[in-house]
Amino acid sequence: MKTIDTTGLSCPEPVVRTRAALQNLAAGEVLQVLVDTVTARENVLRTARSLNYDAVAADQGSSMTVTITKK
Amino acid sequence: MRHQISAFFASRWGTVFVGLVIGVLAAWLVVLGNPPNMGVCVACFERDLAGAIGLHRADVVQYLRPEIPAFVLGSLAAALLFGEFRVRAGSAPIARFFLGAFAAIGALVFLGCPWRAILRLAGGDLNALIGFAGLAFGIGIGALFLKNGFTLGRAREALKPVGWIMPGLMIGLLILAFVQPAFIFASVKGPGSLHAPILISLGAGLLIGFLAQRSRFCTMGSIRDALLIRDFHLLYGVVAMLVAAFAVNLAVGKFNPGFAAQPIAHSNTLWNFLGMVLSGLAFALAGGCPGRQLILSGEGDTDSGVFVLGMIVGAGFAHNWLLAAVPDKLAEGVLTVGGPGFNGQIAVGIGLAFCLILGFAMRERFE
Repeated sequence: MKTIDTTGLSCPEPVVRTRAALQNLAAGEVLQVLVDTVTARENVLRTARSLNYDAVAADQGSSMTVTITKK
Repeated sequence: MRHQISAFFASRWGTVFVGLVIGVLAAWLVVLGNPPNMGVCVACFERDLAGAIGLHRADVVQYLRPEIPAFVLGSLAAALLFGEFRVRAGSAPIARFFLGAFAAIGALVFLGCPWRAILRLAGGDLNALIGFAGLAFGIGIGALFLKNGFTLGRAREALKPVGWIMPGLMIGLLILAFVQPAFIFASVKGPGSLHAPILISLGAGLLIGFLAQRSRFCTMGSIRDALLIRDFHLLYGVVAMLVAAFAVNLAVGKFNPGFAAQPIAHSNTLWNFLGMVLSGLAFALAGGCPGRQLILSGEGDTDSGVFVLGMIVGAGFAHNWLLAAVPDKLAEGVLTVGGPGFNGQIAVGIGLAFCLILGFAMRERFE
């Protein structure tokens, strides 16, 4: 599983970095994206789903993670 | 319940709903007294605010517009209610200050922020099309920088009191707007003298701030996402705002199509374009249009607060140093085309150079 940390980055940098990381993902591989705002979480989720990946978000206190799997 | 409301505002229909509400309210504020095609304009209202507190002495554009503090406080209310008030700081604040200042100068060369560009178009001012072309061009340059790793660096979580400074400032400004002490300037002629009743401006601003926080409404973001990642989510909201304002303008007889002598606008094509190129690029590098920066500063993003302060100071300089454009004049059938003077043209050049240097210099490699 690969992990990228986009915490603290302004919009749309979390999405730009997620898209770049997705390009190198093999089928069945998982990408974990760390975000720290609800807006970034929504944007990363929407982007991943629109590109036809499986994506789910999980919150633990103030840290949020979006887990993306290539189908 | 809160989850369902959040899901609605995160959806396409939620964005469209917010765009429609902002468009209707903005057009209605003009009916109630705000300047023509300027129901809401963040750059113009921050310029009026700068004049009201004495940062410039152009006596036709001084009024402490309650809409500006109301946008921030509406956003604060939404962020607190939905648990999204997160205090953060430290992402190149000084760069953001200057991006804000140059964004304001660019907007005042065009004579409006992106919100007003939408409202000008909805009122028939076709110069707004040139403005939009400039805006899209500037945002396009910004999107290229972002694609190549541009960043202003990471913000960090900060202690809670810091996040209350901008809302506190806005509460203070609101008190001054209501009390109107002698040191607060208020125009008796010109656009600054035109305003809706203060309580209505306040209410409309609070509602817009609240809704924009929920839906992440952002005019710059709508164009950037469409260009950069082919995501049209935010664009639906912007189009909805345009359609709603256009419909109200048609209904109340305030749609007058044309280029020349439109209200508080000029028809100098080159500088309408270049002014908005500068603004669009500065907004893209700073991560939000002026409205979005106000909303973010209400939800604890202190770096956006610095951008807002930069815009207010930039607006002050825009009038002190005669950088802002003058509108077209139509007297006895003779049209004098407005636009920026020499100072304004130089300022746009310096602003573009600043943004380009920042765009090339502030880069980080990522996979």
